[in-house]
Amino acid sequence: MDPSFDSRLPLAFSPLHRLQWEEAQQKHVILYPEGMVELNLPAAEILKLCDGARTLDGIVEELERKFETSGLRDDILELVESALENGWIRTVSQG
Amino acid sequence: MAGSAPYPKGNPRWLLAELTYACPLQCPYCSNPIDYASHSEELSTEEWQRVFSEARAMGAVQLGLSGGEPLTRRDLEELVRHARELGYYSNLISSGYGLTEARILKLKEAGLDHIQISIQAPEKTLNNYLAGADSYEQKKTAAHLIKRHGYPMVLCVVIHRRNIHLMREILELAIELGADYVELANTQYYGWAHLNRAQLMPTREQFKTAEAIAQGYKQKLKGRMKIYYVVPDYYEDRPKACMNGWGTTFLTIAPDGLALPCHEARMLPGLNCPNVREMSVREVWEHSEAFNRFRHFEWMREPCRSCPEKVKDYGGCRCQAYLLTGDMNATDPVCGLSPHRGKVREAIEEARLATEATGVQPLIFRNSRNSRALSTPESH
Repeated sequence: MDPSFDSRLPLAFSPLHRLQWEEAQQKHVILYPEGMVELNLPAAEILKLCDGARTLDGIVEELERKFETSGLRDDILELVESALENGWIRTVSQG
Repeated sequence: MAGSAPYPKGNPRWLLAELTYACPLQCPYCSNPIDYASHSEELSTEEWQRVFSEARAMGAVQLGLSGGEPLTRRDLEELVRHARELGYYSNLISSGYGLTEARILKLKEAGLDHIQISIQAPEKTLNNYLAGADSYEQKKTAAHLIKRHGYPMVLCVVIHRRNIHLMREILELAIELGADYVELANTQYYGWAHLNRAQLMPTREQFKTAEAIAQGYKQKLKGRMKIYYVVPDYYEDRPKACMNGWGTTFLTIAPDGLALPCHEARMLPGLNCPNVREMSVREVWEHSEAFNRFRHFEWMREPCRSCPEKVKDYGGCRCQAYLLTGDMNATDPVCGLSPHRGKVREAIEEARLATEATGVQPLIFRNSRNSRALSTPESH
């Protein structure tokens, strides 16, 4: 699977959304004007790493190390693509 | 086994805080109660802060700061700061009229997340006529400032017969103002809108034309601007699942502390809505008669009771049932299966005849004088 975006660019969480842990629901949520999306654990792990410094490869590397596994790239890419489409994250142009 | 599907059980996720009924505008479709002028005892700063804390402890996370015009509350920044400390996502639901750059900055510093403003029409004369105030240029300035200071912005436009022909211009204005979201809210006929229904309801043809334009823009603007299209339920065949189910998700607190399962529920006679001045939010949610009144399915009559779709729409809107049939326990008459569907047809026909009448009939504007004149002594 090839990314539909320039995967050399770092990914950043959108300044127009907020990612936060909700104690009452025991999950991470994305908050935006009058709306909320509940995240499962893998999605939250990926989105938390969209920090404006890491690229797709950086995120894959970090999570494969953290969970001591390999072959996560396709699943991560799928989530990243849908997060980009939803406007939760964006690529950051350098320079 | 539709009959055995459980009623959703949950704590409040959305808290709508109607901070005040005061408003400098006079929109004739305002969703505030017609007798709003007789409920002037607003909750204090400390009372609102207690309500925010109690609802947050139960898991509420979206907070709407609404009204009336919430900017008329001098303690708005203080309330926003408290909300931010509690971890709410706070939405300021304003008209934008009276929103200065100084206020935008103070609210940002206090931790406000998002600002929604409204326009009445995409051109000055009509906008100012519908708003009952010379507000158009000032609202546009406010919109530019909101975006300049980095807020996500929702532009809300209530759609009705006086502006539905301007759908394209509305969307072009939204683009010009840099809105992140546009809410095209076909008028829901409660409160003042119900009073002005014959003068506001578009014809089916007008709806279809406008909807096609909105859908076209939705495709064109994908990824740049989100368009929420609130469907006009009088032209639907099934009712909306009002408030996502009574007492499942939404909690509204009126300016005087009345706790409501939906922001229109104040009008329902004998519902006995509790007041947060006398009860905690948890008691209101779990134990009050009003919040339990339309939970589950036992209250339903036919055709809802045996209907497999009751788990989807919960019988529709209680306020609409009351307004159109005089009985809040009835099936929402929007439903094609309702024995009262004729009431909706009559309303559509009445509005169509009004479009053919010569000369424009006057609208009844939302202001304190009209509110007092239209309030009956026994209303509450």
